[in-house]
Amino acid sequence: MTREKVLMKGNEAFAEAAIRGGAQFYFGYPITPQNEIPEYMSRELPRRGGAFLQAESELAAINMAYGAAAAGGSVFISSSSPGIALMQEGLSFLCSAELPVVLLNVSRGGPGIGGIQPGQADYFQATRGGGNGDYRIIVFAPASIQEAVGLIYEAIPLADTWQNPVAIFADGILGQMMEPVVLPEPRPFTPYDEIAERKPWALTGYGKDPARRRFIKSLRLQPEELEAHVEKLFEKYARAEKELCRYETADLEDAEIVFVAFGTVSRLTREAMEILEGRGIKAGLIRPISLWPFPYKAFDEIGKRAKVVISAELSMGQMIDDVRIGVGRRLPIRLIHRTGGMVPSSLEIADRAEAILRGL
Amino acid sequence: MGNPPLVPDNKRILVMTGHYGSGKTEVAVSLALRLAAEEHRPYKRLALVDLDIINPYFRSREKRALLEDAGIPVYGSVYDTEITAELPALSATVRAPLEDKDCRVIIDAGGNDSGARVLNQFKQYLVAKDIAVLAVVNFNRYETRTTPQARAHLEAIEAETGLVIEGVINNTHLLRETAVEDICRGYALAQKLCHEMGKRLFFTTYPAPVFSPHELHISGNLLPLGLHMRASWLDR
Repeated sequence: MTREKVLMKGNEAFAEAAIRGGAQFYFGYPITPQNEIPEYMSRELPRRGGAFLQAESELAAINMAYGAAAAGGSVFISSSSPGIALMQEGLSFLCSAELPVVLLNVSRGGPGIGGIQPGQADYFQATRGGGNGDYRIIVFAPASIQEAVGLIYEAIPLADTWQNPVAIFADGILGQMMEPVVLPEPRPFTPYDEIAERKPWALTGYGKDPARRRFIKSLRLQPEELEAHVEKLFEKYARAEKELCRYETADLEDAEIVFVAFGTVSRLTREAMEILEGRGIKAGLIRPISLWPFPYKAFDEIGKRAKVVISAELSMGQMIDDVRIGVGRRLPIRLIHRTGGMVPSSLEIADRAEAILRGL
Repeated sequence: MGNPPLVPDNKRILVMTGHYGSGKTEVAVSLALRLAAEEHRPYKRLALVDLDIINPYFRSREKRALLEDAGIPVYGSVYDTEITAELPALSATVRAPLEDKDCRVIIDAGGNDSGARVLNQFKQYLVAKDIAVLAVVNFNRYETRTTPQARAHLEAIEAETGLVIEGVINNTHLLRETAVEDICRGYALAQKLCHEMGKRLFFTTYPAPVFSPHELHISGNLLPLGLHMRASWLDR
């Protein structure tokens, strides 16, 4: 394929990026605002040598992913907030079993069945998890369709490297909006007879040689054995914290107001920063790209003129907990938020930020 | 310029179809505002009917206030103000402008053959002599980059609805990254598509915030798009 720019709807581009990244299997159940993904996968994967299966529920989809990943398949799955909630048990199992899956959340407003308009109120769900036990999911939050394409494409091999689920947290706007994108070169799917070599842990059959039998399990009834297993997982997570932190900053050096925002809200915030500049107020931005591991070190770049750090979120304030860890007691921390599917205008963000600054 | 009107006077009902994401809604909204502003108005009234029941975001009824300020009532969902409700339910009032012989109607159908399926329940109003079915085509969309791909979409819509697409609207763009070459390439491909399928190229659109019309050396009709459906921060 050429490197030409094409106009794509977010969901189409996410699906295409997953296939080009090497994801051969997709399991899913429809939910708005990401239905274009299963529609695209159902049409494209079979004709390109992959497999699409519509599950009877999200619970089934995540467990199909568990099975396919255990057999060495490259799996991409997607859903939206309430559907991701149903998958939490499976994610805990996948982490325990150290299996790679890439999971996309095109998130919407909650709690419960919520609504279909965009939201970021799954931050806790994504970064703290809703499954049981000690585990971590690697989470990336793109702010554009192009960035999402790159992150999904990269996440397919990254999940293999880390033998862990990797989540992409996009909100409904990113799924539904259109943007010009350049698509990456397709990676070939792993040939079936190369899986045993590339993924020596995978269940590929042992023929007549019992010595080649392998087990993938999360049940460990001996507490000593379970503790040792969890400690080993956390050595891996400690390495991930060192290697996978990603963020972007803008105009931090002389900023009075430091915004922290991810995904769609970071784009609104950039426009708000221009409005504030027009009013003589300098504002900067920390945009976390990895939500776990969270880029706490980004807060070291905050300049001496800073008076307040504002977490801007489409939730009642969830990322703000990580902002508090990052900032400590150095500066006051405030929240600008909308929730339930509402999205603030850039003017609203600018006005509220100015009022916060004046009211300090 | 001597160009004929954007749409023929005798075609009271204009049905906008096309691949999803081809820009039907933006074109429908811009066309409605343009027709409302023209001095020559062959019909007493003008209305927009939003039949897009498959898209959850960015629907023409979201631009209701803009259109109504221009004297264009918008008909569509049962849930007038609840523009975000995800219920494929259309209001019975949709039939009012379709039955009103003095009202020109622009119908914004949903994308693809599946989105256009909703037209079938309004068959009694879609009489060949009164309607022009138009296909909006963007040759920069990933799945309609070539004339065979675009043709397959148009044929699928015709097969699903039983309606004959009369004309094509060249809506080739890359949002604010659109270059003159994009529009001209789209124009050439649209002419080829029309030639191969026996259709007429109705007009070519261009993003008005990006170009002025004389930058485009295109002989056919042009419609400026206001990028009404595009919030400015989406291009940050």
